[in-house]
Amino acid sequence: MMNAPIPQTVISARGIDLTFETADGPVHALKGVDLDIAKGEFVSFIGPSGCGKTTFLRVVAALERPTAGEVSVNGLSPDEARRARAYGYVFQAAGLYPWRTIGGNIALPLEIMGFAKAERARRVREVLELVELGGFEKKYPWQLSGGMQQRASIARALAFDADILLMDEPFGALDEIVRDRLNEELLKLWARTGKTTLFVTHSIPEAVYLSTKIVVMSPRPGRITDVIDSPLPRERPLDIRDSREFIEIAHRVREGLRAGHED
Amino acid sequence: MIRAGPILAMLLAVFALWYAAAVPMNIREVLTEAERAGAAVTPATAVERRDANALGLVLANPGQISGTWAQDRPRLPAPHQVAGELWQSTVMEEIEGRRGLLNSGSLSNRGLLLHAWITLSATALGFLIGAGAGILLAIGIVHSKTMEKSVMPWAIVSQTVPIVALAPMIVVVLYSVGLQGLLPKAVISAYLSFFPVVVGMVKGLRAPDAMQTDLMRTWDASGWQVLTRLRLPASMPYLFASLKIAVAAALVGAIVGELPVQGGGLGARMLAGSYYGQTAQIWAALFLAAALAAVLVAAIGGAQRLALRRMGGAA
Repeated sequence: MMNAPIPQTVISARGIDLTFETADGPVHALKGVDLDIAKGEFVSFIGPSGCGKTTFLRVVAALERPTAGEVSVNGLSPDEARRARAYGYVFQAAGLYPWRTIGGNIALPLEIMGFAKAERARRVREVLELVELGGFEKKYPWQLSGGMQQRASIARALAFDADILLMDEPFGALDEIVRDRLNEELLKLWARTGKTTLFVTHSIPEAVYLSTKIVVMSPRPGRITDVIDSPLPRERPLDIRDSREFIEIAHRVREGLRAGHED
Repeated sequence: MIRAGPILAMLLAVFALWYAAAVPMNIREVLTEAERAGAAVTPATAVERRDANALGLVLANPGQISGTWAQDRPRLPAPHQVAGELWQSTVMEEIEGRRGLLNSGSLSNRGLLLHAWITLSATALGFLIGAGAGILLAIGIVHSKTMEKSVMPWAIVSQTVPIVALAPMIVVVLYSVGLQGLLPKAVISAYLSFFPVVVGMVKGLRAPDAMQTDLMRTWDASGWQVLTRLRLPASMPYLFASLKIAVAAALVGAIVGELPVQGGGLGARMLAGSYYGQTAQIWAALFLAAALAAVLVAAIGGAQRLALRRMGGAA
């Protein structure tokens, strides 16, 4: 990969409002959200439940339509970008089809997008190697642990080489040890593929460890309270989490979360 | 491992109850025959016995109990009589009967096997039509709100009309447009069997959760791709459960459809049995129908296991 490319905005959000009409009256999921994300960035969204971090991801992926404001993705509307298959989405649950093998699950989006059979097989092997699941192609999801299933679902999102990786608490259901390992692997994966990644999390260490940019959000109405550009180097061993810089950023995130709560 | 003991005990209890029930059910006729044959029975005349309690008659004439299990035309035939009738009208009829398989080369129309075959073919055809229609309707209902609002109420209403009332009308209407034989019965079968498939498949096609349909959306999958790659595979457990109900309903439909027509079948056998007071014949046809239903349901169970094994075997 080339170093220090000219920053190029991939995702640009201006004045995003989103109100859900519910039986208990309107819920302001997002209010006045402005954000620019450059190509190749790893952006974490952190905040308490109901702060709209997942909703923002869904707006970017055209799974929700904002009530007001503009989003552009690669200069297209989110829906156009969706049709151009710009997104690899990873949910909190792996969501693998139990009736398909791991290989079959990863091939599914490729089938839908009309890739030829040989090309599908090649890509499935390639992404399985990438997430260190080589040799598990013929296994069924229930034969894999939760962490391995989640890696397979990341492989599925990578298989069709989308520009943007959207991850909604992908490791939220996993235990701390597995989570640490997957965080480390995800960083390596990101370094190798250079994909623009949007990552929703509840965990401050996870957000600080992974991100080049941390977006702190707060609820009622869901809004951005702080955007932190991380000074940490791209190369990050696990023990960087004990460094002074890391602790400072974590502190600033915590402050941002607290400030959002006091309003 | 299934333990045979409790199952066997249950079966024996059913038989014991059946034999016990046959005694008071048949005692009056047995006493009348015994009186004609010159035996001493109490009370001595039919007029006196007419208003007497059946259990009281049994207690007053314990010597006649064995006769209640050996009548020619019992009200309630005993299990061994039904078994004997089954054996006679299936195996023996085909081996020894003038019109049997050995002597004529085709199944006897006096035996149960031919009638079972007639009923089975109507059931199978009706089941295929009904299940196919049910699946298509469910797909339509899942994809179109209008269809759900317009079709579902009629599907429900259709099942509240007693099939016994409807079957003769279907037969007559189809006859007037030149259709007879297998098809009218199959239509009645289909009428009964489509409904459980619609209900089960609507539930099954909606089984995928929001996350799975969202994933499909991020891949920009077409409606057809969502149906074939996600909804249909996800609905398989629901499909097989409803097919089991549907195939049993199809059998009932075929039997009911055979009552108003003269084309044979287990339904026609039951009707003939009740015309001529041949209760053992009715019961034999009944048991063969039950066995047929068991075989059909088991066949679907087998298909289900096969399908689930091909789909990863975890479900």
